[in-house]
Amino acid sequence: MSAVLIAILVLLGLGLIFGILLGYSSIRFKVEGNPLVEQVDGLLPQTQCGQCGHPGCRPYAEAIVNGEAINKCPPGGQSTIDALADLLDVEAIPLDAEHGEEQVKSVAYIREDECIGCTKCIQACPVDAILGAAKQMHTVITTECTGCDLCVEPCPVDCIDMLPIETTLNTWQWNMPKSGVDLIATDLRPGVSQHSAEGKA
Amino acid sequence: MNAQIHSFHGGIHPPENKRQSTGGCITEAPVPSRIILPLQQHIGLPADPLVKMGDKVLKGQTVAEAIGRISANIHASTSGTVVAIEPHPVPHMSGMMADCIIIEADGNDQWAEHQGLEDYQKLPKPELIEHIRKAGVAGMGGAGFPTDVKLHLGDDHIVNTLIINAAECEPYITADDMLMRERADKILGGIEIIAHLLKPLHIIVGIEDNKPQAIRALQEAFDGCTLNLDIISVPTKYPSGGEKQLIKLLTGVEVPSGKIPADVGIVCQNVGTTTAVFDAVHHGKPLVSRIITITGEAVAHPQNLEARIGTPFADLLTFCGLSEQHLARLIVGGPMMGLTVENQQIPMIKTSNCLIAGSINEFPAQPPAQACIRCGMCEQVCPVELLPQQLHWFAKGKEFEKAKHHNLFDCIECGACSYVCPSNIPLVQYYRFAKGEIRKEDAEQRKADHARLRFEARQARQEQEQLEKELRRKARAEEAAKSQAAKRDAVITKQASSAPESTGEPDLKQLKTNAAVARTKLKKAEKALSNAQAKGLDGIDTLQETVNQLQAKSDTAAQAYEQAQQAPAAPAAPVLDIKQLKTNAAIARTKLKKAEKQLANARDNGADNIAELEAEVKALTDKSATAEAAFKAAESGETPPVTPAAPAFTQAQLDDLKAGVDALQGKVDKAKAAYEKAAASDSPAAPKMADGVTKLEGKLKDAEAEYQQALQANQAGTSAPPATPAFTQAQLDDLKADVDALQGKVNKAKAAYEKAAASDSPAAPKMADGVTKLEGKLKDAEAEYQQALQANQANTSAAPAAPAFSQAQLDDLKADAEALQGKVNKAKAAYEKAAASDSPAAPKMADGVTKLEGKLKDAEAEYQQALQANQANTSAAPAAPAFSQAQLDDLKADAETLQGKVNKARAAYEKAAASDSPAAPKMADGVTKLEDKLRDAEAEYQQALQANNASTSTAPAAINNVAAEKPDAKALKQQVSIMRTKLKKAEKALSEADDSTRAELEQDVASLTERYEQAQAELADLEATHIAAAAAAGIDLKQLKIDAALARAAITKAERALSKAEDDAQANLQAELLSAQQKAAELNSTLERFSK
Repeated sequence: MSAVLIAILVLLGLGLIFGILLGYSSIRFKVEGNPLVEQVDGLLPQTQCGQCGHPGCRPYAEAIVNGEAINKCPPGGQSTIDALADLLDVEAIPLDAEHGEEQVKSVAYIREDECIGCTKCIQACPVDAILGAAKQMHTVITTECTGCDLCVEPCPVDCIDMLPIETTLNTWQWNMPKSGVDLIATDLRPGVSQHSAEGKA
Repeated sequence: MNAQIHSFHGGIHPPENKRQSTGGCITEAPVPSRIILPLQQHIGLPADPLVKMGDKVLKGQTVAEAIGRISANIHASTSGTVVAIEPHPVPHMSGMMADCIIIEADGNDQWAEHQGLEDYQKLPKPELIEHIRKAGVAGMGGAGFPTDVKLHLGDDHIVNTLIINAAECEPYITADDMLMRERADKILGGIEIIAHLLKPLHIIVGIEDNKPQAIRALQEAFDGCTLNLDIISVPTKYPSGGEKQLIKLLTGVEVPSGKIPADVGIVCQNVGTTTAVFDAVHHGKPLVSRIITITGEAVAHPQNLEARIGTPFADLLTFCGLSEQHLARLIVGGPMMGLTVENQQIPMIKTSNCLIAGSINEFPAQPPAQACIRCGMCEQVCPVELLPQQLHWFAKGKEFEKAKHHNLFDCIECGACSYVCPSNIPLVQYYRFAKGEIRKEDAEQRKADHARLRFEARQARQEQEQLEKELRRKARAEEAAKSQAAKRDAVITKQASSAPESTGEPDLKQLKTNAAVARTKLKKAEKALSNAQAKGLDGIDTLQETVNQLQAKSDTAAQAYEQAQQAPAAPAAPVLDIKQLKTNAAIARTKLKKAEKQLANARDNGADNIAELEAEVKALTDKSATAEAAFKAAESGETPPVTPAAPAFTQAQLDDLKAGVDALQGKVDKAKAAYEKAAASDSPAAPKMADGVTKLEGKLKDAEAEYQQALQANQAGTSAPPATPAFTQAQLDDLKADVDALQGKVNKAKAAYEKAAASDSPAAPKMADGVTKLEGKLKDAEAEYQQALQANQANTSAAPAAPAFSQAQLDDLKADAEALQGKVNKAKAAYEKAAASDSPAAPKMADGVTKLEGKLKDAEAEYQQALQANQANTSAAPAAPAFSQAQLDDLKADAETLQGKVNKARAAYEKAAASDSPAAPKMADGVTKLEDKLRDAEAEYQQALQANNASTSTAPAAINNVAAEKPDAKALKQQVSIMRTKLKKAEKALSEADDSTRAELEQDVASLTERYEQAQAELADLEATHIAAAAAAGIDLKQLKIDAALARAAITKAERALSKAEDDAQANLQAELLSAQQKAAELNSTLERFSK
């Protein structure tokens, strides 16, 4: 009888201790907001271009957490979709062409002698990457430009071009080696296969 | 000397091929015709050119200056002229071009002035390091890391060991070997300088055991050196020359992943670098040349050259006897880690230690890669103990995260794995690809984070600005409300000052009503505001403003009411109405005449009250005169004097009249008493007296009637004053003028704004604000005006018969609405054009269109309201004909005939009852029925009377006019239905009636039927005229009606759909709704045109 009593008391005690512990930690380590939104937002390219139909990357992140499709971000492209799929443990789907296609990274460029200084592009830029003042020439701070092309549409004289970012020695990178794996002989072009056979011989 | 040698994992032993180029000694390469100096020869930032085209430069002159910490100066390696600074092919894996300074050599090879340091040991270290930095010394081994950075490591790291890398493990390369053989003393000098700067405890020169001559040379040179210096020969194994591998070999210390050797107290320098440091310090010579091995089967004389930096490969190869037909691959650097270049015009740079012109036999084409067979050989040769096979899979599958976790970035790309791979898989290329991708992703991630920060900062800033703007706007609104309230107060006081003339008891009522109305409106607005606030709608500001205004209005109304209440209500309203005055004058005249007649009578009769009567006549004459005068004055447009207008109706006058009546009564009584006396005494004067009495009685009656009339007139007068509009026409006109002026301003402002917007003036947004403000004002003014109008209507609908809105006003409204419609159409057209041409002003125009549409809707609503109000009035008016005097008389006559019948029937019944006739019970029934009927008729009559009173009291004069002028369909319909009801009632009565009354009832029914038919015919006529008119215009009215109803239904549908629709479909739906509304509006207007 006493053994049963002891067991019950011990279990009660344990329950109490862990209850207090859990209760305390739920208050002490309370997470404000949904941390998943932060994570998703961290994966998005932050161009704030609105091509997904949301006014910025964070709203789209929130929408994704609430169940929206993850394939609406053309600037992020397939790699972002893959990363999102990985994070959310859903299937990676191809980019939804309806929201635009993955394009070469580009920056805005203002043809400065055509600029009339209307400041419309400055107001449109989500990251304050355009410098200028009313009736003064504007210019793009290329290092800050995310290439969202939101400034192109408001320009009344169409003096803004989206130029693809040129590869420099510092940004150049190796390509993926062409797969030389040809499982059977007919995978190769006949001439090549003969040639390589000769070379080996 | 021979310390313990450690070992590193893996490694390979490729054929060395070093002998070819060690035959001779180091030869000075000839001065090339052109020197090409790439601005970026190493990691870090490119240098900034100091020269420009056409500049003459001397050998050793700084032509480009280092930017930032990891960067190095570049010096002209021969004297000549700068001919270009332009992109030129450079030794890079990508084969891309980069900016280079191109110098046309003059052949003199003239040195710029340069001075070595006499005693570097006395210099402070930073100065010495700066001296080396200015010489542009960079690592000569591999990456070309600026040496001065490494020399600074002594500042924040404890350097225990200095390792001089002389391993030179790659096949073919012998530059360091030859350097050691020939210039060991320079190496020692360089080591001494570096040791002076770093103060290491121990210096080790690591050298592979395949260079015995170099080892011997070094040993000879180092003999007698005071430094703790060891030369350690390590077994030949590729890649022992790798920094971390050499450290492991020589010290057994493994540099942790992601750390630099300095973190474990070790600094590595290449032997080539030591000679460069020596030259810089002792001779003041910057790094303008280096030793480069030219080898390979395609050159006739493989050898080591001391060549100027920037010499094109072609010059070097030609000097060594290149045989072009044998050249298969030109490799810069070693065969393991070097890069293949295509262009022979590519210049050598500070890190170029070898140039291999390989023949096809030396470097056969890479056989095609096969599938990985998981042999694991790559793992066994990897010097960094990675899992190359795994990394290969990850890189191939683009699982970069996993590759990163497998320490991809520790890979030194030595190529050992590729070398041993039996499947010829280009493993290193996979790793380089993966590294590049990961770097790119990281860079993108960094950029994204940066962009996010900037975006968030911008949003925060915008919110702040919005908040400030809001506050400013609120302040402005408060100020405006204050000023408006002040203005209104002024108006009120003006009104109040004019009130004593026009305001009396009834105005008090009006004011009370006004106050109540204002209060109600205020409450409504407050409710709306709280609603809006709760829902966070965006109209809060305007609502707030409205509430404020309403509050002000309510307050003023309440104030006005209180003021009016406190003011003495005594003076009866002076009636400005000319009609009233005319009536007054007429009454006065009548009275006067009567009184005169009375007087004459009295004189005739010799009555004793002649004096009294005379006085009365005089008074009445006065009154009449004043009334006449007042009337005339009023008629001639003069403001009538206050007092004269009143007399007929003041209490005093009434009292006078009453007194007159009383006096007459007294006279009559007296006269009667005298007559009776006379009659009793059979006096002969009795008949005459009887006559006098009768006359007096008539007079009395007249007087009484007069009194009653006066009373009624007074009542009418008192009920009439409310007829005075709360706002006089003048005030209304003022308001209207204000509104119009504002409208004009708005139009002007809008036009100006549109011009500005069209010309993209920067003031456009400001102007837009101004326009919005003006519009707000206009709206206020309009609202005020409308209120005033409504207030007036409330008045006028109470008193005068005139329709709430005159036809003119209606027309105005309609014209307004149509004008607006026109504007909307124009604006829409403009917008569509703009949208089609993708003009940036399109969204703004869309806003404008929406606003205009809102206005249009308002205008239409107003117009409709006005119409309805008018209809309500006119429907009240046509209702009157049903109870016109004739009808009333009919009814009365009916009632009287019935009364007569009842009386007859009763008498007959009584007779019958008296004679105990058997028909008596039946007759009794008949009498009861008749009595019932009588009651009905009387009730009907009373009702009609009341209705008439109601309608005539509200709309006495103009009703018939209106009814006559405007046979309104609705009114007619109403009339017809009334007639129908009556007819039915009559028919019912007829069916219930017995024989005796049947005839009369039938007559009634007949007459009613006739009237009913008449009314119906009238209605049909009217409708027929409408239809005819419509038909004349080619429109089927019925169809039109149906169409209008359909259009209305379409609008409702569209609205519902719009509210339900998603965002993307909304634009379409909106367009649909707009078109539906337009159509409905058109149809409605057409319909209304034809139903008038």
